[in-house]
Amino acid sequence: MVGTGQLLQSMARRGERANMKFPISSGVRKVGRPDAQVQGHPGAGASSRIGQTGGMRAYLDHAATTPMRPEAVEAMLPYLSGTEMFGNPSGSHRESRRARLAVDDAREEIADLLGADLGEVVFTGSGTEADNLAITGALRVQRPSLDGRSGVIVCSAMEHHAVLNTCRAAVEQGGIELREVQTDRSGIVDLASFAEACTSEVRLVSVMAVNNEIGTVQPLDEVSRLVRAQAPGAVLHTDAIQAAAWLDMTPITAAVDLLALSAHKFGGPKGVGVLVVRNGIPIDAVIYGGGQERERRSGTHNVAGIVAMAAALSATVDERSDAAARVTALRDRLVDGLMASVEGAEETGDRSRKVPGNAHLRFAGIESEAMVVLLDEAGVAASAGAACSSGAVDASHVLLSMGLDSAAARSGVRFSLGTTSTDTEVDHVLAVVPGVVARLRN
Amino acid sequence: MFWPLSREWSPACETRAVRVLVAMSGGVDSSVAAALLVEEFGHDQVVGATLKLWGGSSDSGCCSVADVEDARRVADQLGVVHHVFNFTAEFEERVVAPYVDGHAIGRTPNPCIECNRYLKFDRLFDRAGSLGFDAIATGHHARRMTTEEGRYRLIRGADPLKDQSYVLAMLGQDQLARSLFPVGRLTKAQVREEAIRLGLRTAMKPDSQDVCFIRSDEGREGFLGDRLPLHDGRLVDDATGEDLGPVEAVELVTVGQRRGMGHGDDGRRRYVTAVDVPARRVRIGTPEAANASGVDLHTVTWVDDDLTQSAGPGECAAIAQCSAHGRPVACTVRLDGNGRLAVTFATAQRRIAPGQTVALYDPANPDAVIGSGIAA
Repeated sequence: MVGTGQLLQSMARRGERANMKFPISSGVRKVGRPDAQVQGHPGAGASSRIGQTGGMRAYLDHAATTPMRPEAVEAMLPYLSGTEMFGNPSGSHRESRRARLAVDDAREEIADLLGADLGEVVFTGSGTEADNLAITGALRVQRPSLDGRSGVIVCSAMEHHAVLNTCRAAVEQGGIELREVQTDRSGIVDLASFAEACTSEVRLVSVMAVNNEIGTVQPLDEVSRLVRAQAPGAVLHTDAIQAAAWLDMTPITAAVDLLALSAHKFGGPKGVGVLVVRNGIPIDAVIYGGGQERERRSGTHNVAGIVAMAAALSATVDERSDAAARVTALRDRLVDGLMASVEGAEETGDRSRKVPGNAHLRFAGIESEAMVVLLDEAGVAASAGAACSSGAVDASHVLLSMGLDSAAARSGVRFSLGTTSTDTEVDHVLAVVPGVVARLRN
Repeated sequence: MFWPLSREWSPACETRAVRVLVAMSGGVDSSVAAALLVEEFGHDQVVGATLKLWGGSSDSGCCSVADVEDARRVADQLGVVHHVFNFTAEFEERVVAPYVDGHAIGRTPNPCIECNRYLKFDRLFDRAGSLGFDAIATGHHARRMTTEEGRYRLIRGADPLKDQSYVLAMLGQDQLARSLFPVGRLTKAQVREEAIRLGLRTAMKPDSQDVCFIRSDEGREGFLGDRLPLHDGRLVDDATGEDLGPVEAVELVTVGQRRGMGHGDDGRRRYVTAVDVPARRVRIGTPEAANASGVDLHTVTWVDDDLTQSAGPGECAAIAQCSAHGRPVACTVRLDGNGRLAVTFATAQRRIAPGQTVALYDPANPDAVIGSGIAA
């Protein structure tokens, strides 16, 4: 950047020569602080300093990703350094055996923690990949009906885009009908509509265990009962990516045929996930190659990531009930405090049916896209909902599926807490949010 | 004369604002605009924002993911925070839908101007204000100056080939007070030189062309054809009323258009003189018939609000520019009682298609925009 100012000035001088009628004397003039001089934006100068709050950061976006647990970091380090534990698990020598042992130990540990068999655990490169493998892999196995009728997928309209867009892509490729089931006002998939959609020609059902935006726990038991009774030929998949940090996974695993997890949502590293494929449920591969993971997911294993994921899940399960109690109290204090201090704040979804870490509020008259920018400047990391590929914030399809209008669907802010969340962070959010909201409403 | 002669241009190009939100399209102009602002105000005081405007497919347009990445990487290089703002709903409502609806009734709106009017200098303005910014900046080739009285003037960009004052002609004092155009005093070549010198990845990116939401492979016809029923119609001789044969897609025909209209018996080319979409009739005529002595403008805006009061009921001299790079022509303008502006050209001009914007410049200072309006 050195010299840009000189350039600016020399440009200005050139401009002066070229345009004598409108001489520009000396380029850009810098005139102290803006507050007194710039028109418009009443109070903009002073209030723009709302971001300066002494460097305090409150990280309330654990549903997006969590900091890694120390146990997970410790577990993976040996596989990232040195000349002994770097092997490819698919080989036949000692280095390979060592790596394969690590992967299989991790597989067994994860299977135990989920209530699955060793052979049911398929490692993937992410939770999104696990969802894709579940849906695309299950559909590929399905043969077209003899009567030529298309296959039918049923999913909840509040699914993560990893599920929704995979289903929609299948529809675009032809032969598939997709039924998206709306959400009720408490944030739960509408079971009456679901029962109606769940007819005998349904091949695949996908209902998430916990919604990523509003944190509501979905009634997978009832979903499973309806599927088994009304669509016995259907495969039931659940995206359980937001569940593992908070819920006992064994009943969820027991209720479904396919289940997706992502390590970085519970203190593991990014870039590693799991698809549980219950025995007897056939899926075709989506990624072809060396035939790893019993031909279901080719590609050399992310050994360090897999090991760390197992360590993270183990630590999560050990501490789960304590963490849930502590974080529930923090979350309740946060939500109750915000509802009390901010007029027009509404909580999204039935709190009694949410995971402990989720606080979701809608602030009437506010655009969450702007609010998260100001919150960030004020030291609060929160989320405005689903970000699309460009980074822009779309109106939340989850809130829209609950029947909220598009203004309301743009007014939601998610504060998601995790095991590392503290009272100090909650205090900071409670101190900052009323001012941010007032400023945006001004 | 619109502005009193006593009102002199200030010698200083004021740029007082300190905390600036710079709209970064991912192109070279806004990249260099951001760089110049960072140099002037420091990277803590500058934030970049890319507007996601169009959710559909585009060539690379203003809003594709690749352009967002370019903008973000330039922001990273400059050490400034970068945001993406999703204004697709407003863009659809304020720009795309009116563009389609306009063609459905035989009008030809300028989407870039409406985008500036409603998105960059209204929606983004409000967003910048609520986020505590003192000003927004864009990479437009235009200049803002102030008079000694502290009034703002919008001046053509220093590069006559790249001047974009036309698409900003609807700005008023409120907006100019909080708008910066850092590259307006540079030529395009200088902008690229600066981008190269700074090693910005956008340095050699080609200029964006045409309308950002229309792909070049489908064109205007494909875009509108997907959104409107296009109707075949009849060509009618403007002078005699004689039916001259069929014409495809009357919704896509523009007043003043020459392409596809053939030649008359006199061997000269024919031009569209009027389009009547409901009647599915396109009138064509000689070059003379395609000319008009003037045009009536609605949606009239003034760079300086004082002007409408001082203008009074009389006739004033001005210079009209009727397209982005059209030739400026002398004219007189007269305000009628209903806020419409009657423009009379000094010499007859090709008819201005309804919906097109006419930018007005000051005869005493032909680089200075005084206002704008939309052809009725």
